[in-house]
Amino acid sequence: MISQLPALQIVIPLLAAVLCAVLPRGNWAWAVALGASWAMPVVAGLMLQEVLANGPISYAMGGWEPPWGIEYRVDAASGFLLMLISIVGAVVMPYAQASVAAEIEEHNVPWFYTMYLLCLAGLLGIAITGDAFNAFVFLEVSSLSTYAMIAMGKDRRALVAAYQYLIMGTIGATFYVAGVGLLYSITGSLNFVDVAARLAEMETSRATLAAIAFITVGMSLKLALFPLHVWLPNAYAYAPSAATAFLAATATKVAVYLMLRFLFSVFGIGTTFDALPISEIFITLSLAAMFGASIVAIFQQNVKRMLAYSSVAQIGYITLGIGLANKMGMTGGIVHLFNHALMKAALFLVLGGVVYRIGTVKLPDLAGLGRRMPVTMGAFVIAGLSIIGTPGTAGFISKWYLAVGAFEKGWWWLVFLLVTSSLLSVVYIGRVVEIAYFREPSKEVASATETPLSMLVPTLVLVAATVYFGIDTTLTAGIASQAADVLLAGYR
Amino acid sequence: MMTEFPIPPGIILIVAGALLPVLSRDVRNGVILGAPFVTLILIWLIGDGVMLRLSFLEYEIVPVEGDPLARLFATVFAIMAFGGGLFALRQDKTLELTAAFIYAGSAIGVAFAGDLITLFVFWEVMALASTMVIWCAGPAAFGASQRYISIHLFGGVVLMAGIAGEIAATGSADFTAMSPDTPARWMILIGFLINAGAPPLSAWLPDAYPSSTWSGMVFLSAFTTKTAVLVLLRGFPGAEILIFVGLYMVFYGIIYAILENDMRRILAYSIINQVGFMVTGVGIGTAMALNGAAAHAFTHIIYKALLLMSAGSVLYMTGKHKCTDLGGLFRTMPLTTICGIIGALSISSFPLTSGFISKSMISQGAADEHLTYVWFLLMAASAGVFLHAGIKFPWFVFFQKDSGLRPDEPPWNMKLAMVLFSVLCIGLGVMPWPLYEMLPYPVDYVPYTASHVTSMLQLLLFSGLAFFLMLGLLKRTLTISLDFDWFYRGFGKLLASEFSLVSTRAWGVLTARAGRVAQRLIAQVYRHHGPYGILARTWRTGSMAMWTAILLAMYLLVYYLSH
Repeated sequence: MISQLPALQIVIPLLAAVLCAVLPRGNWAWAVALGASWAMPVVAGLMLQEVLANGPISYAMGGWEPPWGIEYRVDAASGFLLMLISIVGAVVMPYAQASVAAEIEEHNVPWFYTMYLLCLAGLLGIAITGDAFNAFVFLEVSSLSTYAMIAMGKDRRALVAAYQYLIMGTIGATFYVAGVGLLYSITGSLNFVDVAARLAEMETSRATLAAIAFITVGMSLKLALFPLHVWLPNAYAYAPSAATAFLAATATKVAVYLMLRFLFSVFGIGTTFDALPISEIFITLSLAAMFGASIVAIFQQNVKRMLAYSSVAQIGYITLGIGLANKMGMTGGIVHLFNHALMKAALFLVLGGVVYRIGTVKLPDLAGLGRRMPVTMGAFVIAGLSIIGTPGTAGFISKWYLAVGAFEKGWWWLVFLLVTSSLLSVVYIGRVVEIAYFREPSKEVASATETPLSMLVPTLVLVAATVYFGIDTTLTAGIASQAADVLLAGYR
Repeated sequence: MMTEFPIPPGIILIVAGALLPVLSRDVRNGVILGAPFVTLILIWLIGDGVMLRLSFLEYEIVPVEGDPLARLFATVFAIMAFGGGLFALRQDKTLELTAAFIYAGSAIGVAFAGDLITLFVFWEVMALASTMVIWCAGPAAFGASQRYISIHLFGGVVLMAGIAGEIAATGSADFTAMSPDTPARWMILIGFLINAGAPPLSAWLPDAYPSSTWSGMVFLSAFTTKTAVLVLLRGFPGAEILIFVGLYMVFYGIIYAILENDMRRILAYSIINQVGFMVTGVGIGTAMALNGAAAHAFTHIIYKALLLMSAGSVLYMTGKHKCTDLGGLFRTMPLTTICGIIGALSISSFPLTSGFISKSMISQGAADEHLTYVWFLLMAASAGVFLHAGIKFPWFVFFQKDSGLRPDEPPWNMKLAMVLFSVLCIGLGVMPWPLYEMLPYPVDYVPYTASHVTSMLQLLLFSGLAFFLMLGLLKRTLTISLDFDWFYRGFGKLLASEFSLVSTRAWGVLTARAGRVAQRLIAQVYRHHGPYGILARTWRTGSMAMWTAILLAMYLLVYYLSH
């Protein structure tokens, strides 16, 4: 049983998705999805423990040995990501019952859980697979289910948002598969480790460079790196609340992981960061994201859309860490991938509760909400402090490592920009706080009550986690730094 | 006998502050007056050295590390929390005392912080709590509080960047003395100086503090700038640049205070002026000067609080704060007047008051180092202090013309707070030794020598004379005839009007230009980032796809070219 864990990680949600699709009642589907999503952290946790104790796990799917068969490979980097996706998937699920019932038409509810589980399986699959083409398949599984989930949003603009994401996501996936095709033509292999070994024996050809470019751009699109982020704000703003929270925490992060895998493990740092100006490009785009998207967020009226732009900015911090390409910077980027997932999921869950109670997340409509929903808005404030990067929250830890990474390179101006950009988040989080706490309640708000417990508890769990991981960093920063080691070392 | 007792003393005040809103009135008053005492006891139970060690990230942090300097500042912060709490007992805005206690507690936290990370955490809590204090003054103070928090968050950012760099370079979070020789350390220094009210960002202080309530400013005057002096004492003793920064602040404060009409703004400018003395002392960097800076911070907190209490009492009883609206209050507020005068004499370092025994140490420090010009400027500034705070404040508020106002004395708690602080001012002036023993270095200084006393008295006498000679300039509606003033008056008028004219005009042009630039900048930002800007609106799918293709082409080009 233990040796089959890598397969279980994917098979359980896939089978549960099929089951959900044939169940007639929304609540039954929810129960199945709950069971499957709660099994995921257990599986991922057991594997991560094994990896940290005894090194990477390699699992030959169907008994076909790599490099011919599909290999599932769990190391510190992928194990960390599996853990993240599983936890978020599991925490959002109990929340989803009430939220989905309120936001999605009854006959669509089983489909929502089907798509949720397919997406979960796809995202976990990208993290676990050691095969470039298999990663593409999982990428498509997760993307297609995501489009469907977004389209289920109440707002009619959700359809357009889903359509745009579909087009852009497909372009991204196509670029990725084009890059993989080029790699296959050069090396004749699809297995990550095998491709890496074969590339290491060859001169860097133009085809390799083209493969790097295609994969970088494809993944940049998927992870919403500025200026390829334009699909994201609408997709997040109009999707059902539970879906937004889940996707914001996981989808872009998985794309970051896949890009890291290619740039560091498959191509190797010698071919990419040392030989090409990738650092410069990433840092420039990251800074543009950190400032540009944050300023846009300041002017947004729809809080969900504001947080979506904030996500673009926060992704900038992650790619900034990658761009630094030293151990501290990478650790910062990876730990921010985890921390940002927690805090952004928490914030979107809060907004889901607000939608549930007052039916809107327009900024002026939130006036006085702090007095009517003190716990919910308190959660918003704490998670918001984490976005800002206040000491004592998880957000501080990531920015700390990034700052140290930048200083190691002697780029103190970058540290200055890094911390200055967090002032912008003070403004957009502060706007919400000011309106929610210092304005008189509007009519809708006056009768609002606290979010129901089933939605409040998952939110508070995530908020507690952002505080916990802001103080005890052995789990997050510890594993992130191991993951950074694994990635910087490549497959050698 | 000191025992090890590793409860961070600041926490007591922070917790007490957080509890205040949920307590009943009587319990609340008990906590307000009791918590500072408990804190004071804890402060004196902390021995020298590391009392509490934790690990955070991969660094060791020391939230509580005792030494004489920490105890000195923590003591005066606790006294201040008590005096301010007593004074503000009747403040209807209960949030203000909560904020003020958290503010005081985190200032004590900064005093005992043995590492840079703890320091930064308490530093930021102070910024937030002090903003809340300003907020409590209502909608009129909202703009000022926004500007205040912006400056302090910016200072925090610079400090944070510097701390990250320092720790990255040294691998340790310890807060020890350093000299500004790397970009990281410069950033730490700048972060500290912004809180001290140093140029070019001094204006936050007179902008924000006087917009707080009658009791709020009493708290505000004590903590932010003095913690800055404390961390400068700890982090940058003897950094030469601080001499110039300090001297600039000294004169900046004097000049603006002389031109000011609002009584609390006069006192706000004089905070910058007094902190300037301390910063200069830190810059001189000898044991004498550092002792002087530390002692001066201690005494200044007390007499500035006293001055602001008397100003606060006037504001509380009359609702007026402009010198031109006030005057003649000594008839009905004799106690407030006397306390205000004691504060004013102290700030002018009149012999037998607390200011005399502390400020003279700084000038002595300059003299010992043969920094003649520094000594000279400090002495000249002492005359200026007497002019703007020592005489101008009490004269225009309590004497001068009769404004017709006949306010009563303030309630008992405010009177008691003022009397207690007056007693402290005189007590320290008469018996400086208990304070001297608390100073970080052994004190070999006798304040009451014949030459010290006579030179100070001469200085004060002449500047006092000058004040009454120039009264016509300082306040034009006032007519006081002095028959031998024609020479001084003419010359002084020329000097003062020239200065104020040029400076007002220059300032006007500068702010107008800055305003225009800012407006244009915001319009530009809004055009691109606002809801309809290119970066915020929903793009057409086709242009998204095109941009993807362009980016791919760019990557390919760059890769090929750099290969």
